[in-house]
Amino acid sequence: MAKTKELLFDPVVNDNPIALQVLGICSALAVTSSMSVAFVMSLAVIAVTAFSGLFVSVIRSQIPSSIRIIVQMTIIASLVIVVDQILKAFAYEISKQLSVFVGLIITNCIVMGRAEAFAMKNGPIESFIDGIGNGLGYSAILMVVGFIRELFGSGSLFGIEVLTKVTEGGWYYTNGMMLLPPSAFFIIGFIIWGIRAWKTAQVEVDEFKIAPNSKMKEA
Amino acid sequence: MSSSNESIQKTVTVALLLCLVCSVVVSASAVMLRPAQAVNEQANMQMNILQAAGLYDPQQTVQEQFELVSTRLVDLKTGEFVEGMDADDYDQRKAAKDPSMNRVLSGEEDVALIKRQAKVAKVYLIESGGQIEKIILPIHGYGLWSTLYGFMALEGDGNTVAGLGFYEHSETPGLGGEVDNPNWKAQWPGKRVYDGDAVALRLVKGGADRSDSYGVDGLSGATITSRGVDNLVKFWMSDAGFKPFLDNVKEGRI
Repeated sequence: MAKTKELLFDPVVNDNPIALQVLGICSALAVTSSMSVAFVMSLAVIAVTAFSGLFVSVIRSQIPSSIRIIVQMTIIASLVIVVDQILKAFAYEISKQLSVFVGLIITNCIVMGRAEAFAMKNGPIESFIDGIGNGLGYSAILMVVGFIRELFGSGSLFGIEVLTKVTEGGWYYTNGMMLLPPSAFFIIGFIIWGIRAWKTAQVEVDEFKIAPNSKMKEA
Repeated sequence: MSSSNESIQKTVTVALLLCLVCSVVVSASAVMLRPAQAVNEQANMQMNILQAAGLYDPQQTVQEQFELVSTRLVDLKTGEFVEGMDADDYDQRKAAKDPSMNRVLSGEEDVALIKRQAKVAKVYLIESGGQIEKIILPIHGYGLWSTLYGFMALEGDGNTVAGLGFYEHSETPGLGGEVDNPNWKAQWPGKRVYDGDAVALRLVKGGADRSDSYGVDGLSGATITSRGVDNLVKFWMSDAGFKPFLDNVKEGRI
């Protein structure tokens, strides 16, 4: 099935939810200071987008359009609570680090966006795969940002030391800014630049031309 | 979408059914996973207790290490052990909210800004050969944004600090959040609490003198959190806190 492959891998580069649609930035800033946390967050988002797509799609012909957003929201919120409970039971340490951000998956625009834009119009299986695909797209960016931030911020990857820090007798001076959320803005910015330089079709046309603010002869 | 979906009846039915299904799913997952979560929370609490006392060893399981620790309940007013209550089931935070088990603190007394205090507190003791080696006391108080919950560990003499650690707070990361900084926490062991009968242990703004056995550095950029920690230590070590109990320990009445 060529379509499955497209649904699954298109959102990773060609139609990446973070890089092209610029959705879900908030949590991408918050959970990427270490890779293991980013990884668990990715799994949680993949699970929620996939299953919310599935369930919304299953009942899509029954949803009155006047309350469709609330219906989607309720399904998403329930799934997120279930995921949160599972994390608390089986990955307690990481759930403590993720703290409120698991709960905030509810408001992650990617989940809502896929439910409204895709699952409402397509069959359950396609919606499920689309959910996984978009979750993967989100995860890909999260992992790249997490890799850069953890490597340069703490000198480690997945908590395993790679660059020996000065504080532990090594040579690497940690970059404190990498551990703070703003650094993710820069990294995501560079990633978007990189992707758009490679896939020029993604470059957006300016909606208006910026006028020069003063003319030489007036000055 | 067919127009029959848009009737009020249909809308209400869909909404009700959806809510019903979702609530069953959510509550089922919460109830079924509760035991596993409780185990995690308990292990986490025990780990915090061991860490505060400086005894935590990541090589061993928390349960194994915690076998050394005995949990007892203490009446704060008399400083004596409370018998006839199950220490493991006692929830001090719940008790602090229960009018029959708490004491409302008046303005002047309430230096830690906690408003209500449970009459009975949990203490954790590490004994060897009938001697108390370490006493770990739960403490809490208000910082800048939040109530800080933690443990203060004292040596068996009831005066020397063995360690301090907070397990729950929402102070500003990097400023007040530095209460979790291992370098700062490392200053506490060896300090003394009482000078005579008064609590002398305190946080010193601008840095404590090295030779000062009662002073710990304040946190830079976090004046209010530091003041909060200072106050809560003072409060819990005073007569309103654990002093009666510690006096009993010192004089060998326990």
